[in-house]
Amino acid sequence: MARTKSKRRQQLEQMVMMPLDWLEERSGLVGATKYFLFRKVPAETNWFHTLGSATLTAFLVQAVTGVILAMYYKPSPEEAYASIQHITNDLTLGWLVRGMHRWGASVFIILLFLHMGRVFLFGAYKYPRELNWLIGAILLVTALFEGLTGYLLPWDQTAYWATVVAININANAPILGPFIGDFLRGGAEIGNETLARFYSLHMLVIPGGLFALIGLHLYLVIRLGVTAPPWSRAAAGYDFVENGSRPMREGLVDPRPRGHGSMGTPVRTEGGS
Amino acid sequence: MADDIERPGEGTEPEGAAEPHLPGPTIWPFAFAAGIALLLVGLIINWMLAAIGAVIALVFAFLWIREATREVRHPVAAPPPPPEPMTEEDVEEEPERYPRSVFLELSTLGIGAAIGGLVTVPALGFMIAPAFVGQETDEVDLGPLANFPEQQYVVAQFNSAKDEPPEVGRRAAFVRNNGVKNEMPSFTIISNRCAHVGCPTQPQGLPGKAKQIKTTSGQVTLTEVASVSGFQCPCHGGAYDAEGNRVAGPPVRALDRYEFLIRNGNLVLAKPYSVGEVVGTGKNAKIKAYKQQDPGQHVDGPEQYFYPIIP
Repeated sequence: MARTKSKRRQQLEQMVMMPLDWLEERSGLVGATKYFLFRKVPAETNWFHTLGSATLTAFLVQAVTGVILAMYYKPSPEEAYASIQHITNDLTLGWLVRGMHRWGASVFIILLFLHMGRVFLFGAYKYPRELNWLIGAILLVTALFEGLTGYLLPWDQTAYWATVVAININANAPILGPFIGDFLRGGAEIGNETLARFYSLHMLVIPGGLFALIGLHLYLVIRLGVTAPPWSRAAAGYDFVENGSRPMREGLVDPRPRGHGSMGTPVRTEGGS
Repeated sequence: MADDIERPGEGTEPEGAAEPHLPGPTIWPFAFAAGIALLLVGLIINWMLAAIGAVIALVFAFLWIREATREVRHPVAAPPPPPEPMTEEDVEEEPERYPRSVFLELSTLGIGAAIGGLVTVPALGFMIAPAFVGQETDEVDLGPLANFPEQQYVVAQFNSAKDEPPEVGRRAAFVRNNGVKNEMPSFTIISNRCAHVGCPTQPQGLPGKAKQIKTTSGQVTLTEVASVSGFQCPCHGGAYDAEGNRVAGPPVRALDRYEFLIRNGNLVLAKPYSVGEVVGTGKNAKIKAYKQQDPGQHVDGPEQYFYPIIP
């Protein structure tokens, strides 16, 4: 049956596979990547399921452009505004990178909300994915905090007064509020310390937290699989396999070929085929 | 068998040397380490500590060496005959009460926690504490009293602290000379920080020409404003009357005020304080002063109990 491959083709395949096999034998990374990327998904997924990946992409764009901006930005009250002007007006393509970061921040938040709406409307937060909904909620708050800390960095009038207002709103929380306010300001008034600590939070602390949370989020997505849309056959309870070798993963996708039973007479198969 | 092969030098060793040698249990290494630690701490803090640490380390090093070399100096007699091999029942009846592995596990966790704490606690303290200490405000010299005509508001713009650049240290206050009461000069000095969420309020009146003067506190800009009816905030529409009392909008209390003093004929701003409500006007006003709080926090009424501790 198998078509014999030409010698040249065999050599070519070997050339490609040899380094991959070498890597796989020593690290298992090739298998892990395959496990990560080539997963079974429900038959009736659609474009709404790409919103999560889109959010991740927006975050990665923010990370990369942010690293580049940090090479030129100076987080001190005397220099911050001037360094932003320098980035925008003088440096080659600085306007583009800053624009990507500035507008990309809004894109990131908007995509987060759209992704959350998709998960909610598809009922994808239900068992067994409650934990991933919680992680997503923490991710949302963390991302908003990233937006808050980034907003001060241009150090213009909008940034300054918006941050004054935002910190004072936080400082109005009962009991702990005054402490939160002092911690965010680094003192009684907005000053050198505020800008420096917002910069540190914005580029070190919060992105680290976001990366960690995204890792957890993706781990759970891979472990639990993708939900079928609510209108799909799988969601309606047909073609449901309950005791596979890995019931969680295979039960939530649709591993069996189509065409048994019929749409008119639903067949609920118990215990596999 | 491999053991039959004679290796050079093996014949000269005493009987039993091929068996793994375990030194007896001893506590001295711990005490020696404590002495070294004390020595190192003492090098930083006080040479007396270092000396004590050195003595401890030397004494316990000597004891440790004695302990470790005892078998060499006094070769022990033939070991007692090995106990009869235990059956499985024996092992089950007498399990080791405190096995070495548990001790090592617990001590690893304990030492790890101690090291982690030593590293994190000062770092966390450094991160958090500076925000809460040293919040005193500098006094600000606003220049000669002659620049403040009676019953007239003057907007004074000044640098609040000497070590802060103007980008963050610039503040404004509304100063009104109320004349003399009980042979003491009276001033109403209102902070421009809105009592809602801290935007800058503006006086509602007719501003005159700005005047730049130099004082010991640096550049001060004075602008007379005629017929001030009150103050308004551009952010969320908070409105105050001429005494700083809230009349409309979201603010929760009156505008903050400054204490003042007069030094060498100059008006000097002292500590700012918060005000719930001003009763009366001008020099006859009755004001209850509270420790200055963040904008939006109540100082009186039942809501003040939301903020039991002000750092």
